[in-house]
Amino acid sequence: MTKITAWLTAATLTVGVQCALAGDITGTITLKGTPPAEKDITPLKEDPNCGKLYTSMPTTRFYVVGPKGELGDVVVALQGIEGKSTGDSAPPAVLDQKACEYVPQIMAVQTGQKVVVKNSDQVLHNVHDLPTVAGNAEMNKAQLPGSPDLTFTLTKPEIFVKFKCDVHPWMFAWVSVFDHPYFAISGKDGTFKITNVPPGKYTIKAFHRKAGEATQQIEVKAGEPAKADFTLEAK
Amino acid sequence: MSLNSKQPGLHRFAVVTAFATLALIGVGGLVTSRGVGLAVPDWPNTNGYNMFFFPFSGWVGGVFYEHSHRLVAALVGLLTSALAIWLWISETRSKTRFLGVTIMVLALVLMGVRQMPIYLALAGLALAMMIVGLYLTFRQPGSLRWLGVAAFAAVVLQGVLGGLRVVWLKDQIGIFHAALAQLFFVMVCAIALFTSRWWASVRSLHRNTPADLNANGRAPAAHEPPVKSASSPQPSPPKGGEGEDFPIGRLWGAMRARSSGESLPRWLPRLLFATTLLIFFQLILGAAMRHQHAGLAIPDFPLAYGKLWPPMDAASVLRYNQHRLEVTDVNPITALQIGLQMVHRLVALAILAAVAFSAWAARRQTGAKSRLSRGVMLWLGLVCAQALLGAATIWSDKAADIATAHVLGGALSLALGGMLSLISYEKLRPVYPQKPVKAPRGLAAENMAPARQQAATPQFRPV
Repeated sequence: MTKITAWLTAATLTVGVQCALAGDITGTITLKGTPPAEKDITPLKEDPNCGKLYTSMPTTRFYVVGPKGELGDVVVALQGIEGKSTGDSAPPAVLDQKACEYVPQIMAVQTGQKVVVKNSDQVLHNVHDLPTVAGNAEMNKAQLPGSPDLTFTLTKPEIFVKFKCDVHPWMFAWVSVFDHPYFAISGKDGTFKITNVPPGKYTIKAFHRKAGEATQQIEVKAGEPAKADFTLEAK
Repeated sequence: MSLNSKQPGLHRFAVVTAFATLALIGVGGLVTSRGVGLAVPDWPNTNGYNMFFFPFSGWVGGVFYEHSHRLVAALVGLLTSALAIWLWISETRSKTRFLGVTIMVLALVLMGVRQMPIYLALAGLALAMMIVGLYLTFRQPGSLRWLGVAAFAAVVLQGVLGGLRVVWLKDQIGIFHAALAQLFFVMVCAIALFTSRWWASVRSLHRNTPADLNANGRAPAAHEPPVKSASSPQPSPPKGGEGEDFPIGRLWGAMRARSSGESLPRWLPRLLFATTLLIFFQLILGAAMRHQHAGLAIPDFPLAYGKLWPPMDAASVLRYNQHRLEVTDVNPITALQIGLQMVHRLVALAILAAVAFSAWAARRQTGAKSRLSRGVMLWLGLVCAQALLGAATIWSDKAADIATAHVLGGALSLALGGMLSLISYEKLRPVYPQKPVKAPRGLAAENMAPARQQAATPQFRPV
């Protein structure tokens, strides 16, 4: 009993020390330039089952931009880190189908982490992932209203794996997969936060589906916050 | 003679099959235009149901189009099977008839077993049979049954390809599926043409050499063997090689023949045929573009990104992708896709020029009122409409209905080009008078050789 207590204490201290030594990376993504106007999703509004869920015309959401150019839905991740995934033990990431759209539209997971797809609608959907990296399986499954959640697992790192519904061809989500837990997605205010990054020098990269990508070098010091702001340009 | 001109029902049935095939291509075009080809993830079932018993309540969204496509495809499969069996029965007897019908019915039954290994085996056999059927169509004189077999094999292969596209999730299969659909449509249209009364009348002009005329001076009926006459010298039809008694066999023969002298220049049918091949190439290009699921690679017309030839370097492509916001086909475009669309535009120009020249040449060579000339003018009108539909597809941001009309226009342009090629090659053949000089009462037919020879001297018809 004493030995067990000692082991537990040692493990707790190790984790505590690691957390104390780790740092967070924060930053803001800004879009320079004027993005193109979003498009009306006419087929959604005209669909007899899905259209009645909307009182106004829904639009695409490629550029989530604030008044000062703050850019949301940008995936930010450390580069060059392999084999650090804790996806097997991580809680599943949830992708929902609400009002005939995927929520969220942009998400990120670790390799091996389960992606659970729910159907909160009262209509049939099918969930079809379209990876391009070998080792990530393409699947296409129907999901009736009220039927059990579907589970997808991507095992190789890949940026923006497309998930789509072929029954409702305007429904898309993009799931990015990393071999480590050091990533984040910017909010509507353009900010992001990557937590518990071990001290060291890293390459950090921001990816946006349309605006492209940007890279920086960053150093994380023990217990100190690091900052990485990005500017992407709509040319 | 086995052109079945004595069976108007067969011709009508072939026409119905051709229209059903055109409808199938239209529904298939709607499926890809709306991006719903995988709305039903299973095959041959539809969302777990036998597709013939799929409840109406499940026909929602993209399922409606994909499931309709499957049902129309099943209908076309059955129509084609019946057509092939009808052709086979009308041209064969006893054991050959029984064997052929049994094999085709067995293939249909095996399709109904709905097991993947059987589908794959059937697809392999169907591909082989389609090639053999087309080969024998060229080689065997006086027969349409092998064209029926080729169409039957094509529809089996096409059905399995469509299913494999769904379960194997491969876009490349979709391109083959689209290309084979066009070829199949041409095959069915050719059967409809060859079984028509009009084709039989055109053909009889060329068939009634003295050797074909019986003692009463009439051409033999469909089921009668041609009259043999060893004593009367016969004018030689154009050297066309083997199989020249049969429409496509004659086409092959005419293509190989070099001697001419008729009013229709030999290059004109060749031009029509080459233009038809160019249209087929164009349709494959179009299918490759559609199955990239990237929407419009170039959003403007007649310019491309505001220029005659758009920049295709990486920075430019990135800029294009930044500005294109698609509702359904959201794959980013690549330089290759931009290049594909530019080639598609250039080939369209080449087709337009070739068909316009063909129309001018046909009118000049055969007169404005000849059937060939009018047919090529119709072709020109169709190709012009098709070019406008292509432009409208871009201007409408690839509206599904317009894009589907563009697919249908392509199929019709190909089929009409194919039929005009067949008709023009047929018109290359020399014409023999329908009514030979009658022998005086009591004079034996064999003694009429000199008179008949004179009457049967080939006269090349101004068409």
